[in-house]
Amino acid sequence: MKLCEMTAYELSAALAERRVSAVEVVKAVFERIDAWEEELRCYITLDREGALAAAREVDAERAKGAKGTKGAKEANSRPLAGIPVAVKDNLSTRGLPTTCGSRHLQHYIPPYDATVIEKIRAAGMIVIGKTNMDEFAMGSSTETSGFYPTRNPWDTARIPGGSSGGSAAAVAAGEAVLALGSDTGGSIRQPAAFCGVVGLKPTYGLVSRYGLGAYGSSFDQVGPLARDVRDTAMLLQVLAGYDPLDSTSIHREVPDYLAALGGDVRGLVVGLPQEYFSPGIDSGVRAAVLAAVKVLEEGGAIIKEVSLPHTEYALAAFYLIAPSECSSNLARFDGIRYGYRAAGAPDTVTMFCRSRAESFGPEVKRRIMLGTYALSSGYYDAYYLKAQRVRTLVKQDFDKAFAECQVLVTPTTPTTAFRLGEKINDPLAMYMTDICTIPVNMAALPAISVPCGLVGGLPVGLQLIAPVLQEELLLRTAYYYEQAAAPLSHCPKPEPKPEPKPSSEVSK
Amino acid sequence: MGAITRRQVEHVARLARLELTEEEIDLFTTQLGDILKWVDKLQELDTTDVEPTAHTIPLRNVMRKDEVKPSWPKEEILKNASDEHNGFFRVPRILEEE
Amino acid sequence: MNYETIIGLEVHAELLTASKLWCGCSTAFGNEPNTQVCPICLGLPGTLPVLNEKAVEYAVKAGLALGCRIAEWSRFDRKQYFYPDLPKAYQISQYDLPLCREGRVVITVDGLSREVGILRVHLEEEAGKLVHSGESLHGSEYSLVDYNRGGIPLIEIVTAPDLRSPEEARIFLERLRTVLRYIGVSDCKMEEGSLRCDANVNLRIKDEEGEYRTPIVEIKNLNSFRAVERALTYEVRRQVDEFMEKGRPPAGTDLSRTKVTAGWNEALGRTYVQRQKELADDYRYFPDPDLPPVVLSSEQVEKWRAELPELPEEKESRFRREYGLPAYDAAVLTASRAVADLFEETARLTGDAKMVSNWVMGEVFRLLKGAGDDLEQALRHCSITPAALAELLLFVKNERINANSGKEVLEEMYRTGKAATQIIAEKGLEQISGRDQLAGLVAEVIAAHPGVVEDIKNGKKAAIGFLVGQVMKATKGKANPKLVNELITQSLS
Repeated sequence: MKLCEMTAYELSAALAERRVSAVEVVKAVFERIDAWEEELRCYITLDREGALAAAREVDAERAKGAKGTKGAKEANSRPLAGIPVAVKDNLSTRGLPTTCGSRHLQHYIPPYDATVIEKIRAAGMIVIGKTNMDEFAMGSSTETSGFYPTRNPWDTARIPGGSSGGSAAAVAAGEAVLALGSDTGGSIRQPAAFCGVVGLKPTYGLVSRYGLGAYGSSFDQVGPLARDVRDTAMLLQVLAGYDPLDSTSIHREVPDYLAALGGDVRGLVVGLPQEYFSPGIDSGVRAAVLAAVKVLEEGGAIIKEVSLPHTEYALAAFYLIAPSECSSNLARFDGIRYGYRAAGAPDTVTMFCRSRAESFGPEVKRRIMLGTYALSSGYYDAYYLKAQRVRTLVKQDFDKAFAECQVLVTPTTPTTAFRLGEKINDPLAMYMTDICTIPVNMAALPAISVPCGLVGGLPVGLQLIAPVLQEELLLRTAYYYEQAAAPLSHCPKPEPKPEPKPSSEVSK
Repeated sequence: MGAITRRQVEHVARLARLELTEEEIDLFTTQLGDILKWVDKLQELDTTDVEPTAHTIPLRNVMRKDEVKPSWPKEEILKNASDEHNGFFRVPRILEEE
Repeated sequence: MNYETIIGLEVHAELLTASKLWCGCSTAFGNEPNTQVCPICLGLPGTLPVLNEKAVEYAVKAGLALGCRIAEWSRFDRKQYFYPDLPKAYQISQYDLPLCREGRVVITVDGLSREVGILRVHLEEEAGKLVHSGESLHGSEYSLVDYNRGGIPLIEIVTAPDLRSPEEARIFLERLRTVLRYIGVSDCKMEEGSLRCDANVNLRIKDEEGEYRTPIVEIKNLNSFRAVERALTYEVRRQVDEFMEKGRPPAGTDLSRTKVTAGWNEALGRTYVQRQKELADDYRYFPDPDLPPVVLSSEQVEKWRAELPELPEEKESRFRREYGLPAYDAAVLTASRAVADLFEETARLTGDAKMVSNWVMGEVFRLLKGAGDDLEQALRHCSITPAALAELLLFVKNERINANSGKEVLEEMYRTGKAATQIIAEKGLEQISGRDQLAGLVAEVIAAHPGVVEDIKNGKKAAIGFLVGQVMKATKGKANPKLVNELITQSLS
């Protein structure tokens, strides 16, 4: 097996035993990038030199450490040292361009690291580059990227999902071993499902948002993408924890997620929310998810039907609150302190209007417009405030459901990965693709997407949802399923082939 | 609620400081109208006695001590500016009616 | 024509925290542009605010000192507008749930007490500072932005429209400054912009046609007490003239939602219209998702209340009671906490409150006024401490120097910062109060002026003054005049 296709857990052992060096691992990943990146376009920025330098440092430390017990202990406390990680391009990286997938920030180089970046650096992880994404994380296909779309490694005519499409595709294709994504309405889980990898959205407040380019601040969470559940747990271990720089960060001891993986699902009460198995869900997807439920049941879990009656309203409420917050969060992009400035504007207002108009894509403009409208005088109560009240109802639905069960199981997405161009000109159809993931963000809950098979050669995601701060339960259940079902053999994915005729695919 | 007029779209674009083309205004009038019609389903719900949720996690009184930390080097602060002048950020003429 | 002036003020005061409201950058005034800035107060993508607890304490203390009710539950909202000095294009402020509400301030106007309602006190962040390429914003080719000030905590204090004249507005503002300075939450330096005022003014006109209210004019950014009073006086006059000239607008004109924003041109001494708004600004306030609510327990609020120092009103009545000061003196001495402290401590050191109040209100004020309108600032920056002043006044009280010399010494102290003892020694101002020292001199003077002595003996007592004067002249004014008088009278009887 190629190094770039191994899991972080396997590599960690190989590195610890010095069977392989971090430099070799990084080189293997860049070899894969050199072979496939032109086709897949997972990245916006690659940091080959930085990555190799960091890898050499890790190797040097490990060599030093091997001589003394203190160093060995240190290596133990940093199990992911030397593991290549791809970082979504809305996470601030000191000295490395951070575009948020927008032309507006094409030349922006932050002077500071996001808290999660500090954490992965402190863990000795190697940042390979910054991954492609929907512009400011607004999108579900990575097609709204201001630069280029990313292709799904399983079928390059298809989208990888979004907005963390670059991160998911990179992990799936071996262009990274692990990746960071962010999830506002499904942006980790949906691309994870489409690319056949694992993605976890933590409880709101578990992982610091400091340094994450804000989209919908009351939903945004940073989280891990990986090839299996164990790797996901390992990366979550690094990311989680209180941050005094984020006022919405939860102050609490971080559990040992890797230790949580043992055990079975005997007696676990699993809820199936009927609203998530409606006719709107692709029958192949539904069958795959129900087969996964069967695996849990055979393992001794108790399956129970539950109801989340406000599910159909959650999506509409989300598409008022998130754009409202984004209209505010993106107001700072005025061309003064950083970012794109239109040339030759005669006055400041014109400069603002043009700089923003010339550098934002249509989806970003649409959401800014929608959010500005929802907050504006005369509409605030009917739109923004109404949506906030509905959010309360959605939350209460989950509270009631969790009184009856411990974990909820749903499809991550209503369909498998769709084709490039299929929905990009139909905003509402695109919004509907998040129907299964958005309610989770509305209620601040943790959820994980794990692969549960293929339909038509494309991966399907199984979503597990747990109550607030129950990541251990989530990981344990997902790990049990993964071990019991071995739903996908991971890398190598079918080698990406050039798309036959791009023009014939863009139908709308 | 529901549909949005072309004039409202222009007004909102002004509030949001976005210079839209005529085509964009037309497109957004249609698309935002569709989205607003769709979100109108929320009006079906009686939320009279439902408190709005602005923060999903019940945190309170998150504060820091009043301690001065070093500021950042001026070069770091100014390096991403499109127009820097004598240590300031420069902007074109400011009109009074802003 | 009969009219009433209606004025309400919105006052912004910067809080005296060491660091900014949301980050650790310093709040110090007057440094190089953009040197007190970090990714947070520059609004770089991804940065987040963390609330400074001292700012909350100061805002609540201000509310308590202004008699407000403190909200148990309060939160921060984003007020959205684009302007180059606002890095996030929204100001984190408080909208419908401010920290403090419903207070009142009592002011004295022409000897009468008036109560001014406080609608709210809320906490918000300061914007950066603009420097224009030309002399003013108008006509400048470009402007420069310095974000050092951006993010300093501010309180906004909104009064009810209870003020009835420009003078009342000024007096209120002075009172407000006194209170905020007493409790130490703001230095309220109008010249540095740490206290700023917007004034809303209109008229309620009553004539034979009935009552009519002129449209409200909001005068922005008044930056001195004088400007507040002058601008309002001008604006009242202008509104009267406009009404006299144009009368009422045509029937059916709805002026209730019209608000005019005006600026004040200090040099020309007139207001000018900046813009006429048909509707209120659309700031699209919404709760800031980055900041959890502030929930204050009554124990916390009561703890802060207990920490408040004696407020001017209380101090004033205590000064009257304890030192027997007249009402006017007590009011003047307590108008500034530094002055009140100077008085009280000096009075304790000298044991003579009456003398100290006379000296403070007379000579000390005369000197301080030379340094500008702001007595408190002038006092804080000069060398006249209670100990120094008491040292001087004890010389006068014990008749070791006379009152005129005392004034001369005080001036020298103020100018050079030297101690009274040193100045008196250097100038040899100490009075000659030894009987033995003066007896010979008195005898000489008497011997030299037999004619005058004769007059005195014949009952022309006033002529003693001449002899005293001669002794004073001979001692270059250092003789104790009372003692000289006594010795001459003794010799001649």
